[in-house]
Amino acid sequence: MSVPHEALDFERPGFFRQLQLRDWGYFALMATVATISLTLFGENMDRYDIGGLMLAVGTSAWLGWFWRPWKAFSIIVGVLALFGIWLYGDNLAANETNFWLNYIGSGQAGVMWMSVFLYLSTVAYLLGLFSNSDFPSRVGAAFAWVGAGAGAMALLVRWREIYLTDPTWGYIPVANLYEVFILFAALTTLMYLYYEQRTGSRNMGAFVMLVIAAAVTFLLWYMFDREAHVVEPLVPALNSWWMKIHVPSNFVGYGGFAIAAMLGVAFLVRNRLDGTRPDAAITRRIPSTETLDSVMYKSIAIGFAFFTIATVLGAMWAAEAWGGYWSWDPKETWALIVWLNYAAWLHMRFTKGWRGPTMAWWAIVGLFITTFAFLGVNMFLSGLHSYGEL
Amino acid sequence: MSNNDQAATAGPAPASRQKAARKPRRTRIIVDFMGSMSLAITLLVALAIASVIGTVLVQNEPYTEYLMDFGPFWHEVFAGMGLYQVYSATWFLLVVAFLVVSTSFCVYRQSPGLLKDLRRYNLQVKEKSLRSFHSSATGDLDQPQEEFAQHAHRVLKAQGFRAREKTSEGQTVIAAMRGRWNRMGYLLTHVGIVVICVGALADGTTLLKLNEWLGNLEIETRSVPISEVPRSAWVPEWNPSFRGSVEIPEGASANVVFLPVREGYYVQELPFRIELEEFRIERFSTGAEQSYESDLVIHDPDRDEPLRHTISVNHPLIYDGYAIYQASFADGGTKLDIDAIPLGAEALQELEVPGRVFQEMDVPTPDGGNRTVEFINFRSENVVPLLNEEGVREDRQLGPSFDFRLIDRTGQGLYYRNYMRPALQEGAMYFLSGVRETPADEFNYLFLPADSDDSLERFRTYLAMLHNPEVRNAIAQQVARDDDTVPDEQSEAIARTTAELMGLFAEGGYGAVHEEIERRVPAERIDEVRDLMIRILHAGLQGLYMEVLQDEGVVSIQEEEQRFLEDAISAINAISLYQSPFFFHLKDFEHREASGLQIARAPGQSTVYAGSTMLIIGIFLLFYVSYQRLWIMARRREDGEGTHVVMAGTSNRHKVEFEERFAHLKRWIIDQKPVGSDPQREDSHNKNT
Repeated sequence: MSVPHEALDFERPGFFRQLQLRDWGYFALMATVATISLTLFGENMDRYDIGGLMLAVGTSAWLGWFWRPWKAFSIIVGVLALFGIWLYGDNLAANETNFWLNYIGSGQAGVMWMSVFLYLSTVAYLLGLFSNSDFPSRVGAAFAWVGAGAGAMALLVRWREIYLTDPTWGYIPVANLYEVFILFAALTTLMYLYYEQRTGSRNMGAFVMLVIAAAVTFLLWYMFDREAHVVEPLVPALNSWWMKIHVPSNFVGYGGFAIAAMLGVAFLVRNRLDGTRPDAAITRRIPSTETLDSVMYKSIAIGFAFFTIATVLGAMWAAEAWGGYWSWDPKETWALIVWLNYAAWLHMRFTKGWRGPTMAWWAIVGLFITTFAFLGVNMFLSGLHSYGEL
Repeated sequence: MSNNDQAATAGPAPASRQKAARKPRRTRIIVDFMGSMSLAITLLVALAIASVIGTVLVQNEPYTEYLMDFGPFWHEVFAGMGLYQVYSATWFLLVVAFLVVSTSFCVYRQSPGLLKDLRRYNLQVKEKSLRSFHSSATGDLDQPQEEFAQHAHRVLKAQGFRAREKTSEGQTVIAAMRGRWNRMGYLLTHVGIVVICVGALADGTTLLKLNEWLGNLEIETRSVPISEVPRSAWVPEWNPSFRGSVEIPEGASANVVFLPVREGYYVQELPFRIELEEFRIERFSTGAEQSYESDLVIHDPDRDEPLRHTISVNHPLIYDGYAIYQASFADGGTKLDIDAIPLGAEALQELEVPGRVFQEMDVPTPDGGNRTVEFINFRSENVVPLLNEEGVREDRQLGPSFDFRLIDRTGQGLYYRNYMRPALQEGAMYFLSGVRETPADEFNYLFLPADSDDSLERFRTYLAMLHNPEVRNAIAQQVARDDDTVPDEQSEAIARTTAELMGLFAEGGYGAVHEEIERRVPAERIDEVRDLMIRILHAGLQGLYMEVLQDEGVVSIQEEEQRFLEDAISAINAISLYQSPFFFHLKDFEHREASGLQIARAPGQSTVYAGSTMLIIGIFLLFYVSYQRLWIMARRREDGEGTHVVMAGTSNRHKVEFEERFAHLKRWIIDQKPVGSDPQREDSHNKNT
């Protein structure tokens, strides 16, 4: 017997009707943040600053709707950052005397905590891979959250610290290699946590966190060996609002490609174990090749989409700063090479239906190309983009 | 780039594909080849490799450097292949053009099918093929066929599907689809790429190359005044796209830009004249540039009044389709008021040298010859970061400096950088002069000690006296006499030695002294004699210094005075390595700056931006809208009342999520039961991921 339609649940409420009270609460909070910012600082903001504020607040509100944990994450990070900024007051030297600043609230402390927790998270995920219990991986995820939060807080506080160092130097901290490495570690961790939650496969972390731990290692070396954290003023060409959107978009791209490559590694491992030890516990703990393939595709897709945006934004910025939207500068050219590489990857998947180890290998090779575009160009080739020199 | 998404077409073959089975014709083969995925991927790879070459091999260097790096053979080969300007090489442009053509063919070939996909619901399906789908389900319901169809339509509509229905011979077929924008994504991305490339080709140097090839243009490789550049290297105003640069000193103007081409350049005419009124630079406390800007005046015959506008980095002026950017800055020929102070006997005389940056002039030397000085650059500020005693960074302003090269008769010469004002160095003040062999080397510094008036007076007096043999003799005798440890009968000999050593030191520093000792003394006694001789020399130098101080009226010698002597001795010792007969002391200057402008005309820019926008929108449609199709086939059950249902679906993206959705649809449509407590939430997640 058929049931009345009312009893079935196929009617889809509109997008806004799906939102719950806390979604609206978060939206209201974001709107309040924007209003307060405008009230306090509006007269010092030009239309680009206001546009940037709206974009940031809007993106955050949407992220909060789209991915629930973002709400709590962003609120905690925001409160911690404000606390650090409040402790500073107008005195940069406060971090030498104030206990809280020295150990928790300053940008430097934030970076150290981020490094510690991301390392711990990597270890926990690796333990989880070899243990029968789910517990280590849960701990790994928790540590990853804390690490990403510390990194995000560090960037926000550093933003203020740059202004405290010298008000005329002030810029958003995504301008040099040190700052973007913090961004990379925090952003990639968050992107990974998103996929972990969506797929429910915690054991991808053992692979993905490895690349993040590598980035943290580089960051620490860069900080201790090269004093990279010392604030320096910006070269004139970087002093542009384009930077605020160009750089973060790029790092969504790099993050996506990095995750995809590490999932490629996981894919190859699982694929191999399926052949040699199909019944072993470790084999079953690595997510299935289907899941890995699917997430690998998704992270390359999001990476590619944002990398495209970043490259186009970069071209528009270059048109303003360097007198032409494309100069075949080594960084630009390598961005094109990275783009062509993933374009080819996506074409093979879409049109030829390629799957399996070849695509996994290709994703891994893709990360090497991306890394060269990100770091190698700055190290070995000179050009207009020589801001992030080692 | 054929887009035959496997999943999307795994269903019944569309009509267009059946047509393809016809006998191939030649045009068809060409279209297939040009639009083929293999060709496209080959071209993508070729483009990527060419791009890599262009980044590994530094582009647009002077040809002489390439010749030195690669040798004559490979230089010829590389130059012939256009590897020094990969991105404007003909073969590179051909690859890009080929890619554009290939993509266009792909779009041309795919569009009809795609557009048809949007409208065709494909109601001609067979039950057998539906059953072979990966997502497929069957069921037997008690519901009558009509009622079931209505129910199915309601579910599909609520789930965002568009559906068509056809009933024939007692069989109802419902074909449904959603996410049709995904198909537009394909068109937008590929058309976007074509549009970008077309815009970029319009902004490239193709037209210049063509004129070069036709013999209308010939590049200029010499660095000559603009009046001497032959007309064959002038590009008239008609050139629609270019990017060049020009340096305009303050108060001057220009109506051309220079377009760098291979080993030379073209001169591009502008329809207006740009005058630089003033150039300003703002600096951070570290001395680094914060921003710089130029006050420009555009004199255009088409305008009644000249246009005044200030440009700065990141804030260009767009005038009449020409974009004028603040690119760099340089010296514009600063006037330098210099005293050439001889570093020898004539140290107290000076020669006034009226210099100007970028000029050369001959300066007579004290020995009767002359040297050519070439003024290279001037900097009004020099800030160096130093760590103070507490280890905190402090930025030190060293003030103005100028760079020059001293050339001797053979055309050889070293590079120098002199600072105008004395600088504090470990507690004392010095006039600094850096010297190096090539501009790529680090500077070695000559530290000339400044006296208490921050002047070179005392040092010059000391140096002049040291170079005077009579003074040396007098001082030497006095020193020998005053020394109680020296027996009277040896006094004369000691005095002679002292004077001789001082003379050697004045001419060649410690090096000359050591050489002389090595020449005269047997090897086994050298150490002993050397120590003695250095002591004697120092006694003489000290005696000379006392004389200088006495003349100045200084009576008591403090640590400061003692240190001055040591510094003076070090400086005189270093003069022999300094290889300049003068110290050029900058007295005054008249700063004149030049602004480096980049001027571009890029009519294709908005086309490129439009293409980029299409590309980005297309990518999001392709990735985040999945094109889903669903078929439901219903007919009367053979065993009596009720309906037999076959349902199948496919999606070209997000297979895992689609399977879940299909399971839900099956539960609603065939099982007619609710999915769960909160399926919408679940569902919206699927939609978004």
